[in-house]
Amino acid sequence: MMPETSNVRKRPFRWHILVFLGPAAFVYTVIMILPLAETLRLSFFQVDSVTRVVTFVGLENYNQLFFNVYWVGPFTKALWNNFLFFVIHMLVQNPIGVLIAALLSMFHLPGKKLYRTAIFMPTLLSFVIVGFVWKLMLSPLWGVSKGMLSSVGLGSWFMPFLGREESALITLALISVWQFVGIPMMLIYAALLSIPEEVIEAAECDGVTGLAQFFKIKLILILPTIGIISILTFVGNFNAFDLVYTTQGPLAGPNFSTDLLGTLLYRTFYGQQTQPGDPNMGATIATMMFFIILVGVAIYLFFIQRRLTRYEM
Amino acid sequence: MAVSRARRNRVAELGAHVILLTFTVIALFPVILIVINSFKSKRAIFRDPVALPNAETFDLVGYTTVFTQGNFPLYFWNSLSVTVASLFFVLLFGAMAAFALSEYKFPFNRLTGLYLALGIMIPIRLGTIGILKLMVATGLVNTPWALILVYTAQGLPLSIFILSEFMAVVSKDLKAAGRIDGLSEYAIFFQLVLPLVRPALATVGVFTMIPIWNDLWFPLILAPSEATKTLTLGAQVFVGQFTNNWNAILAAMTLAIIPVIFLYVLFSRQLIRGLTAGAVK
Amino acid sequence: MKYALMGGLATSLMLGTAVGAFAQSAEITIESWRNDDLTIWQDTILPAFMAANPDIKVTFAPTAPTQYNAALNAKLEGGTAGDLITCRPFDASLDLYNKGQLADLTGLAALDNFSDVAKSAWSTDDGSATFCVPMAAVIHGFIYNKDAFAELGLQEPETQDEFMAVLEAIKQDGTYIPMAMGTLDQWESQAMGYQNIGPMYWGGEKGRQAIIDGTAKLTDPEWVKPFEIMAQWGQYLGDGFEAQAYPDSQTLFTLGRAAIYPAGSWEITGFNNDADFELGAFRPPLPNAGDACIINDHTDIAMGLNPDSPNADAAKVFLDWMGTEEFAQLYSNALPGFFSLSNNAITLDDPLANEFISWRADCQSTIRSAAQILTRGGTPNLWSAMWTASANVINGIQTPQEAAAGLQAGLESWYAPQQN
Repeated sequence: MMPETSNVRKRPFRWHILVFLGPAAFVYTVIMILPLAETLRLSFFQVDSVTRVVTFVGLENYNQLFFNVYWVGPFTKALWNNFLFFVIHMLVQNPIGVLIAALLSMFHLPGKKLYRTAIFMPTLLSFVIVGFVWKLMLSPLWGVSKGMLSSVGLGSWFMPFLGREESALITLALISVWQFVGIPMMLIYAALLSIPEEVIEAAECDGVTGLAQFFKIKLILILPTIGIISILTFVGNFNAFDLVYTTQGPLAGPNFSTDLLGTLLYRTFYGQQTQPGDPNMGATIATMMFFIILVGVAIYLFFIQRRLTRYEM
Repeated sequence: MAVSRARRNRVAELGAHVILLTFTVIALFPVILIVINSFKSKRAIFRDPVALPNAETFDLVGYTTVFTQGNFPLYFWNSLSVTVASLFFVLLFGAMAAFALSEYKFPFNRLTGLYLALGIMIPIRLGTIGILKLMVATGLVNTPWALILVYTAQGLPLSIFILSEFMAVVSKDLKAAGRIDGLSEYAIFFQLVLPLVRPALATVGVFTMIPIWNDLWFPLILAPSEATKTLTLGAQVFVGQFTNNWNAILAAMTLAIIPVIFLYVLFSRQLIRGLTAGAVK
Repeated sequence: MKYALMGGLATSLMLGTAVGAFAQSAEITIESWRNDDLTIWQDTILPAFMAANPDIKVTFAPTAPTQYNAALNAKLEGGTAGDLITCRPFDASLDLYNKGQLADLTGLAALDNFSDVAKSAWSTDDGSATFCVPMAAVIHGFIYNKDAFAELGLQEPETQDEFMAVLEAIKQDGTYIPMAMGTLDQWESQAMGYQNIGPMYWGGEKGRQAIIDGTAKLTDPEWVKPFEIMAQWGQYLGDGFEAQAYPDSQTLFTLGRAAIYPAGSWEITGFNNDADFELGAFRPPLPNAGDACIINDHTDIAMGLNPDSPNADAAKVFLDWMGTEEFAQLYSNALPGFFSLSNNAITLDDPLANEFISWRADCQSTIRSAAQILTRGGTPNLWSAMWTASANVINGIQTPQEAAAGLQAGLESWYAPQQN
């Protein structure tokens, strides 16, 4: 018997899909996913520090992380700090990004390009440089920030910002904002410029101009961009560690007030000076970070982005 | 009436200038501070950090130290070649995958998309030991290829994520017309779609380039040899915990900053054209 | 060579070593966190070795201290670490040895030139295996600006009361910041604070051993007292010391703005280069006149062999050279303040280094209190916890009692001898 004719109508295997996906999937899987999976797998094991015997312990490491006071304390502190770090970015970085982008797009200013380039410049610098220069500027020894505050009559406001528990995290978050504000600025600027002329003209015909136009029309239209920026900020902040590590050292002082999930992870995984690394607990923390970020992204995708797309052009 | 409106605009423009200028100063001041102090003697750096170097305080000792300690032109070349090659692969492979995901319906399309986006959420640095073992097994340690492969893998998730958004809005009629003309799927991608998303490629390019150029970790682990050292790693040698050779540090940093600024100014026109031609939605 | 004659131990390996080392040229790489010493190794130490061993090319490849652990760990796991590995003392290196990432060097001829005390920092607890060739110890104390002291008519303080009086006098005068120290990097507070002045209160080795045995607690008065003293330091440090990093402290002192620098002897090289005033040093102050003097003379740095090294033969030639008088002399004088641990008699040219080392004659020595056994496994790590606690005490975030209680509770949570 011959097969049914329906088989003849079946599309041939579309090799081109494989060709298009293949290189990316291969490089990504081999270089990124497999090594990461290997690391996360460590969270289910423990190694005896003397005999080096590796034992499968199931969820024991997670049990430690959540119920041993010496793990859960630092973990929740880092989580809370990380949350604050993110909130400061959302409250400062993104509004400033919107403000600068709006100013750049609203007027035909001479020197516009210069402003754009200059404000984007810190984004191009490595954490080593950013950490070093801000530490130096805020250092009481160098006195740059003290001198500047004094010159505008606020000398008494000076304090060792990076050395005090109450100010260190905020200071670091603001340094990070300084470094990265160029990214929301660029993306929002681009989004504002791509709003169709007709929309603006229609608004002007209705007498909606100036600030009202900005808030009632433009801001609504660029909400999807702001959404993307927010999620990129979230992911970036919850993976952050370099800035704290270069300015405050591996113990994220003073008194762990600047400890983020990333610094806790790094310190645990690799150890520091005479503290030996613990890859198994490190992997446990890493897995939790991964879940936290996953949940955050999922919330965004399922609850926020859906509403935003309604307004898309 | 017209006059008052123009004046109001003039005032608003002035206000805009003031605000933008303030942000510009804040953005540039620390960078300028590094550059001017790199040309001063150690005592002068601390006596008056904000002063420009003058005949009395001018000192190139930092630069002479840095140049005798490291081969900066070579480091620069290493950074440049690794960054450019990685960018090329991220954009090419990323665009191809994004095209496949947005253009074709096939089983597990969404799942594949999600899988490829997972990498955004977890720092690749955690996989260091696995990556290093792989590079050792394949003999790529201390070659630029080790870095290029890692940076390609690291850049792909975000580039696929962003590019597939753009691919989705490329006109369906255009592609249909191409197919009627007998173009292969490859030709449709390379000849029709890719030129249209060039703006998006520029955007992704910049955001991919920055972390690659500035990365310290993988050069340190995968390619620390003198022949493959990158600029960021070369500069880092001068910024250790036990180092207080301020002149050398500041000079090394200046040398690390200037090429990036130069490259950025070179590419920024393309970038903004790219960004404005199709914003991230 | 010497070790080829030592037939008793692992003969086949040893013979292979002796033959291989001279049969072919080899290139070996040294991993280290001492990036400050790069030029000294490049210009002084390595040329001397390579002149005598032209077949062996040695490269000193330091990593910044903040990245040393992570980078070395990754490279050892991946099999790309250098041939020779600079060893931190005690538990950190023991951990590497247990993982099979440092080779057993027992029987290496060079080790005969070191005392058991020197070797104990890089040996297993029972002393049966040694895995690093000791290089140097560092001594804690205070370095001061002699010109400033002369100007203010001050004498080197000997007791705690005199020390406080000196600080007060400098503060009253106002020309100089009394003491250059910052708490931003935290480890300074631990190493140059707590471990510097503490041994005389907790009784040096005796006190350290009592904690290890579980017969004393970190909350006992002799362990809290140093914190109480440090709690008074804050008022004598520079304005904004909470945000002052380690290089800031060094610069503050070498620019002549501060009079006293709580130190380790490793600072000598840098200070000699940078300071244009006369330097002096005094011992950590005695609690009371007439008390026994105990200094922190910490076995700090050594060199081990990567067991996966393809050039183990050449690397062992280098390690053996590190046991010679030539190396000890070269190293101690190139880096005054890193005092050779070898039995060779060394003559030091540097007066400040000689001042530090002269204290050994009058004082008992001890090592840093948490370096051995007490940081072995276990969370929280006592060493790291001491960084934070010491900085907190100087900053006034914690009282001395709170800081000590925190340390003790952390140690008790995992260290069995402290649990009863």
